[in-house]
Amino acid sequence: MDLALDIGSWILLTLGGVSVLIGGIGALRMPDLYSRMHAASVTDSMGAILIILGVMLQAGLSLATIKLAAILLFLLFTSPTASNALASAALLAGNKPRAEVPDTPETSQ
Amino acid sequence: MIKRILLLAVLLVLAWLLWSGLYKPLLLGLGVFSCLLTLYVVRRMGYFDNEVFALRYNLRLVGFWGWLGREIVKSSIEVAQIVLRPSLKVEPKVVALGADDLEPLDQALLGNSITLTPGTLTLDVHEGRILVHSLTAAGADAVLEGEMKRRVSALRQG
Repeated sequence: MDLALDIGSWILLTLGGVSVLIGGIGALRMPDLYSRMHAASVTDSMGAILIILGVMLQAGLSLATIKLAAILLFLLFTSPTASNALASAALLAGNKPRAEVPDTPETSQ
Repeated sequence: MIKRILLLAVLLVLAWLLWSGLYKPLLLGLGVFSCLLTLYVVRRMGYFDNEVFALRYNLRLVGFWGWLGREIVKSSIEVAQIVLRPSLKVEPKVVALGADDLEPLDQALLGNSITLTPGTLTLDVHEGRILVHSLTAAGADAVLEGEMKRRVSALRQG
């Protein structure tokens, strides 16, 4: 049973590490800020979920697992909020996406 | 309003004591500081003046998270393929999704869910219009098709 849990957690941690790596590679290779953020969100979402799930399997049924679940929940609430703040700040600062932007009151001023 | 402030204060203190589990003067002091700071920030956000943030959700939210989790896995794999392809060809697309029929909290939930799935990124939410930057044209079409929006608005019903 312990072995099965360990194997499961190794798989999750490895996949999580790979996600973080891919996010990093993408953030370097992508051509502009917004595309880079897409790559980084692989790290943000997938990497965080897999790694925390993997650590939860290591922690077993304990208070630590509940704390980890809370960390994951709050991470998934806050990281998109931070991304939104970054993206709209970039847009307002005049960093144009490499695509046509539909007119909005804020971007057309 | 006083009642709601006190209720939140008690909840925050309990949460701190539970999570921390260490009862040293320094940590208790930090806890008191954090609780007061939270109360101040939340008050500035207008939390006590209206019911915007009331917890009205139920088990259906868990179902939504499950669906969102599957979407995150699917789109992560797609973005990973784009990132690792030797010839990096990216043709992003920006679209506006009308969401003024959703309540403000649901607009925030939808915007965050769009950002959370790799490949789509919420640029701006303004007067019920969500501006979405997508890495691929297919991703932009999927956002406009609106399955995620339907699922978010279904959380309210019933």
